[in-house]
Amino acid sequence: MTVNELKKIPEFTLLNEGDMNKEITRPFCCDLLSVAMSKAPSGAAWVTIMGNTNALAVSSLTDCACIILAEGTSLDPNVVHKAQVQEITLFETELPIFEASLKVYELLQG
Amino acid sequence: MSDSLKLQYIISDEDFTRAGEASGDVKSKLKMMGVNPDVIRKVSIAMYEGEINMVIHANGGVIDVIITPKDITMILKDKGPGIKDVDLAMQAGYSTASENVRALGFGAGMGLPNMKKYSDEMNIETELGVGTTVTMKVNF
Repeated sequence: MTVNELKKIPEFTLLNEGDMNKEITRPFCCDLLSVAMSKAPSGAAWVTIMGNTNALAVSSLTDCACIILAEGTSLDPNVVHKAQVQEITLFETELPIFEASLKVYELLQG
Repeated sequence: MSDSLKLQYIISDEDFTRAGEASGDVKSKLKMMGVNPDVIRKVSIAMYEGEINMVIHANGGVIDVIITPKDITMILKDKGPGIKDVDLAMQAGYSTASENVRALGFGAGMGLPNMKKYSDEMNIETELGVGTTVTMKVNF
């Protein structure tokens, strides 16, 4: 399943389009960046509340498929712009982390 | 005659928004060189953690990177306060990071343990009040 499929989830709002053809391997939940750095699987749909530029760096270094900012988390001002520059796909949602990941998981399971 | 590539990055003081640029650059260079993706991931993690440590604890510093056909060596040098107890700092979960830094998602006490885990060789030279040099090597 590609990142593009996530557009089907009505609760998700697309903030920036990166590579929408990237394959999603699985949802991944983590808010501690050092833990995410070592544990995020390649191709993860990373669900987090860390709406800062460091999360973008972690996402790009670990080859995440996209970031989903959950819990209606507030974004640092530069984040969307930086995501555009780095071509990172960014969604936001009011859903809690678990529910947001579950939506991705259900879609993945078909 | 040498077929090694030498790179240098200046890591600026307290600039969290730019942390990751040096490791991102190394990552893309290794990718262009066709290095195995698992190795690139190890290098990225180890170097990014080092970069973050330099910003959090040492007011920045300099990273020298040497890439040969066989391996990559990263030398991270700072003029920070030094590490009081290296064994303690190496323990997962131990951290001296400020609340401010924790709010950004760091300070979980995983930095040095991650650097050790993802590099094939790591050496720390540190002196209180003088600075720290961490050398990491990852084999291709």
